[in-house]
Amino acid sequence: MQHDIALTLRRPVFRIMKLQVPRAAVIALVSLAIFALLLLAAGKDPLQAYRDTAVYVFGNGYGFSELLVRMTPLLLTAVAVSLPARMGLINVGGEGQFYMGAWLATGGALMFPDLPAWLLLPLMTVLGFAGGALWALLPGVLRAVRLVNETISTLLLNYVAPLIVSYFIFGPWRSSESASYPESPAFSDAARLPSFAGTRVHVGLIFGLAGLALYSFVLGHTRWGLRMRAIGGNAEASLRLGIPVPGTIVAVMSIAGGVAGIAGMAEVSAIQGRLVAGLSPGYGFMGFLVAWLAGGSAIGIVIMAFLFAVISSIGDILQITQGVPYSVVNVLMAVILFIVLGQRRAGS
Amino acid sequence: MITPFATAILTSSILSGTSLLYATLGELVGERAGIVNLGVEGVMLIGAATGFAAASATGDPYLGVIAAGLAGTAVNLMFGFVVISRRANQLAAGLTLMFFGFGASALIGRPFVGEIVTGLPRLIGGFDALVWLAVPTACLLWFLLFRTRWGLGLRAVGEDPAVAFASGRRPEWLRYQALSIGGALGGIGGAHLSLALTLSWDEGMTAGRGFIAIALVIFARWNPLWAVPGALVFGAAEALQLQLQARGADVSPFVMTMIPYLLTLLILVFWGWNRRSAAPAALGRGFFGVE
Repeated sequence: MQHDIALTLRRPVFRIMKLQVPRAAVIALVSLAIFALLLLAAGKDPLQAYRDTAVYVFGNGYGFSELLVRMTPLLLTAVAVSLPARMGLINVGGEGQFYMGAWLATGGALMFPDLPAWLLLPLMTVLGFAGGALWALLPGVLRAVRLVNETISTLLLNYVAPLIVSYFIFGPWRSSESASYPESPAFSDAARLPSFAGTRVHVGLIFGLAGLALYSFVLGHTRWGLRMRAIGGNAEASLRLGIPVPGTIVAVMSIAGGVAGIAGMAEVSAIQGRLVAGLSPGYGFMGFLVAWLAGGSAIGIVIMAFLFAVISSIGDILQITQGVPYSVVNVLMAVILFIVLGQRRAGS
Repeated sequence: MITPFATAILTSSILSGTSLLYATLGELVGERAGIVNLGVEGVMLIGAATGFAAASATGDPYLGVIAAGLAGTAVNLMFGFVVISRRANQLAAGLTLMFFGFGASALIGRPFVGEIVTGLPRLIGGFDALVWLAVPTACLLWFLLFRTRWGLGLRAVGEDPAVAFASGRRPEWLRYQALSIGGALGGIGGAHLSLALTLSWDEGMTAGRGFIAIALVIFARWNPLWAVPGALVFGAAEALQLQLQARGADVSPFVMTMIPYLLTLLILVFWGWNRRSAAPAALGRGFFGVE
C-alpha cells in the first residue's frame, strides 16, 4: 500500500505536460459541468459564478496577481508532500505543519519587534521552518521505528495545530486592541515580508519557486535524491546496502514539514501581518492534491497550483456573490480527482 | 458530588461514543474486505448534514437517520466504483472522498445553519434509539463476519482476493457490499452527532472523528466487539473535556479539545507492535482478477 502510492506519485499520472493537454481540458470541463449541475440543484447560478471568476481573475492585473498570492503557499505545501512521496511516505499533515510554522514565526516576530528586517525576516523564516519541521518530526520518528503509519499520525496532528494557535491568540498573545476578534498584536514593519509593486504578491513566491528548484535539483542530481528513490523503491534492500533508512525517513519528514512551515510563515508575515484563527483555507490539504495530480514533477506542481488557485477563486466568488460557503469548492476539487482516479486502471 | 459527576461522565461518554462506534464499525467492515477508506470523515459529515436536512424538512428525526444512512451508502459506492471497479489507489481516493464530504455537506447543510431540530427522542434511561442499537449492531456485525458463510467470504476477500475468487466468491461484489454497509454505518454515525448531540448543523462538525474511527479500527484489531470499549474510551475523553468545561475547570478549552487526538496517537503508539498480524492481509490492495 505504501509502495503503490510511491509509484503513483513518482509517475506523472496526469501527464498534462505530454500529449495529454486535450484530455486534461476535457477533464476540467467535465468537472466544471458536474459541479455546475450540483450548484444548480442547490438553486445557485453556476454560470454566473464562472463568468464572475473569469472576469475577476483574468479581467485585470490585480485579479491575476491574486492568483499568484494563492499559488504561493500551494507550491510549498505541494513540495512538502512530494518530497516524502519520493520515498513512499505519505505526508497529509501539511495543514498542521503550515499552522505550526506560522505559530513559531509569530513567536519570533512578537519577541523581537525591534530587530531590523534583514535580521528578523531570516529569523522568522528559520522559525517557520522549525515549527513545521517539529510537527512532522513526531510522525517521522513513529514511522521510522515502525510504530505508527505516517498517514494517520499526520492527519490527526492537523487537528491539534490550529488548537495550539487558537490557545495562543485567545490567551498569551491576545491583542489588547481587538476585543471582539481574537488575534495576535500586529507585527512590526520589520517583520513583514515585502510585496511587489502595489499587489499582494510577496517574497513567499520566490521561496516557493526556490523550494521547487531545490526540490528537483536534490532529487535529480544529488546522492540524497538517489538514496530517497532507493528507499522508495525497496526499503529492505536499501537498508542492506547500508543506507540509514530510519534516519533518512526522520530527516525527510522533518524537512518536508519545515517547507510547509515556511508557507505558514510567509502567510502570516506577508498577508496577515498578525496571527489569526482560520489562517489557512485548506492550503495543506490542497497541496496534497496538487502534488498528487502533478505526479511529483516540479513543473506539474506549478501548473496544478495555478489550477487550484483558479478553483479556489471560484470558491471565493461563490461565497461573496452567492452566499455559498467557501468549502463547497472542495466538491469541485474532489470531482476532478475522482475523474482522474477513475480514468486510469492503476497497476496496469 | 463525586457520584453525580461520575454518572454525568458515563452518560456523556456513551452519548459521544455512539457516533464514533457506528463510524468505526463501518470502517471495520470495509477493511475486513480489504478496503481502507480514509474518507469516513467525509461520509460522517454528509450523514450529519443529510440527516439534519431530512429531519428538519420532514420533522421526523428517524427519517433523518434513514436518509443519512442512504446518503452514506451512496457516497461510499462512488468511492467503491473508483477503488473496486477502476482499481484506483485507495488512500488517494479516500482523501478525495473526504474533500467531497467537506464540500457536499457544506452545500447540503447551508440552508439549515442556525436552525435547531427536534432531536431523536430520548427513550429508556435517557438514551435515544441509536444508542440502544449501537452495541447490538456491533454484536450483529461480529456474528455476520465470524459466524456466517457470507462473513467468511468477506474476510477471505480481505485476506486474499485471488484465493477467494478461486473458491467461488466474487471479490468485487463482496467489496461493494461491505462498502454499502460501511457507508450506511458511517452516515448514521454522523447523523447521531447532529440529531442527538448538537441538534444543529455546523460546517465541519465531525472535527476529525472519522480519523479517530480509523485509528479505533486498529485499536479494535478488526474485531467489532473490541470496537465497543474503544469507542467508549474516546467518548469518555470527550465527555471528560465537556464536563470539566461545564464545571469551569481552569484549563483552556483548546488544550482539552486536543485530548482525543493525542489520545488516539498515544493508543496507536502502544498498539504499534503487533497490529500487522491482525490486519487483513490484502488491505489496501486492488483485485486484479485471475486472468
